[in-house]
Formats: sequence, structure tokens, C-alpha cells
Amino acid sequence: MTFQQLLFIGFATLVLSGAISVVLLRNPLYGAFALITSFVGLSALYVLMGAQFIGAAQIVVYAGAIMMLFVFVIMLLNVRADEERAPRHRFLAWLAAPLALLFSLQVWLAVSGLKGDRAPSGETGTVERVGKNLMTRYLLPFELTSVLILLAVVGALHLAKREKE
Amino acid sequence: MVPLAWYLMLSAALFAIGAVGVFVKSNIISTLLCLELMLNAANLAFVAFSAFQGTIEGQLFVILVMAVAAAEAGVGLAIVIALFRNRETLDVDESSLLKF
Repeated sequence: MTFQQLLFIGFATLVLSGAISVVLLRNPLYGAFALITSFVGLSALYVLMGAQFIGAAQIVVYAGAIMMLFVFVIMLLNVRADEERAPRHRFLAWLAAPLALLFSLQVWLAVSGLKGDRAPSGETGTVERVGKNLMTRYLLPFELTSVLILLAVVGALHLAKREKE
Repeated sequence: MVPLAWYLMLSAALFAIGAVGVFVKSNIISTLLCLELMLNAANLAFVAFSAFQGTIEGQLFVILVMAVAAAEAGVGLAIVIALFRNRETLDVDESSLLKF
């Protein structure tokens, strides 16, 4: 067990516990905070793989901007925690364990066939390399993204604006 | 060295948790949160493959996915606000007009 593997296990535990909390917590606000914890763990994993830029963007864009938007809306709408309700499809609960087992088996089959693990070089995700590729070879998708964001802004404004009488 | 398989298993687990959340949660904001979880599971797989192959394309894809996630969150939350204004509730089971 190397030091990197210990780091991976620590951060993976953080990510998974955050993710499970998102599903288990009834208050969406606490769920959003748990998700931010999960994202911080993911960012550390990205850096561990040598993707420094993605790691930073994960914190700035996801934890900083997107989750801020979520928290803002949750507080704006003053969302209460969901109340407990009787499950309507109780028979579905019996399917959960077999399906989870099947899914784990499939993942295991898919992953165990992997060959030729090369260690990450540690230099793949530098800002320089990401930026150079984004601005030369992949310029068109990058610019199309800005069109998408513009569309989203217009759409969100239209949807959320108050109707005039 | 951490094997690639570990990252992929974590990604699969994260995606499964997010998918379960989308099905289980009744609050629409919680559903959107679980959707973000699924997107991040895909991102993790992208970065893992990119780093272990030594190529950059996967990480560029992650940047695009982040932009799409931002757009999705913006439009989704606008829909949530419009929904709340009309119905005074965020329960997805209450908004079933399109349900056959």
C-alpha cells in the first residue's frame, strides 16, 4: 500500500460519504453542502491523477459557482425538509439487493479486463497543455460552449422572470 | 501507484448513488443535486482515462461537461423557481399533469 493509494482511499471515502449523504439527508440545503464536500474530494482525486487544471476548475466552477446557485435558490425558496411518506411500491425494495449485486458484478467484469495500466505521467493536465489544445485544435467545441451558455442564460432569464399583468 | 480500476469503480459507485437519488428523492432540488453527482461520476471516468492514456482529450471533454452542467443548473433552477411560483410546492409527485 503506497502513500498515493492511502490518499486515494481517504479522498474516495470523502467523495462517497458526501454522495451518500446527498441521497440520505432530507433537507436539500444539507444535501447541497454534502455535495460540496464530495466535490472537494473529487478535486483532490483529479490533482492526484495529475489533472491540476481540472482539479482547480472543479473547485472554482462546481463548488464555487454551480453549488452557490443551488444554495441560493434553496434559501430563496425557503425549502423545508421533505416529510416522511409511506413507500408506495414496497415490492421494489426487494429488487434493490439483486440489482445492486448485478451492477457490482458488471462493474467488476468490466474493470477486471483492463490491461496495460500505465502510471499517469503527472504532466497531462497542466494549464499550459489544456489551454493550448483548447485554443488550437479544439477551438470550435470551445466556442460552441459559449453559445450554449448564452442560450442557457437567455432561457433561464425567460423562465424565471415574472409575468407582467 | 493507484490502479485505473480503482478510479473506475469509484466512478461507477458514484454514478449508481446519483441514479438511485434521482429515483428516490421527491424534492426536485434534491433530484437536480443527484443529477450533478452523476455528471461528476462521468467526469471522473473521463479524467481517469485521460490521465492513464497520457492524452488530453478527456480533460477537455470534462471542461465541456462542466459548461453543460452550469447551463443545466441555470435552466433547471429557473424551471424550479417557475414551478414553485405556480404550484407552491417542489414535490415532483405533485407536478404530474403530463403523466399519462
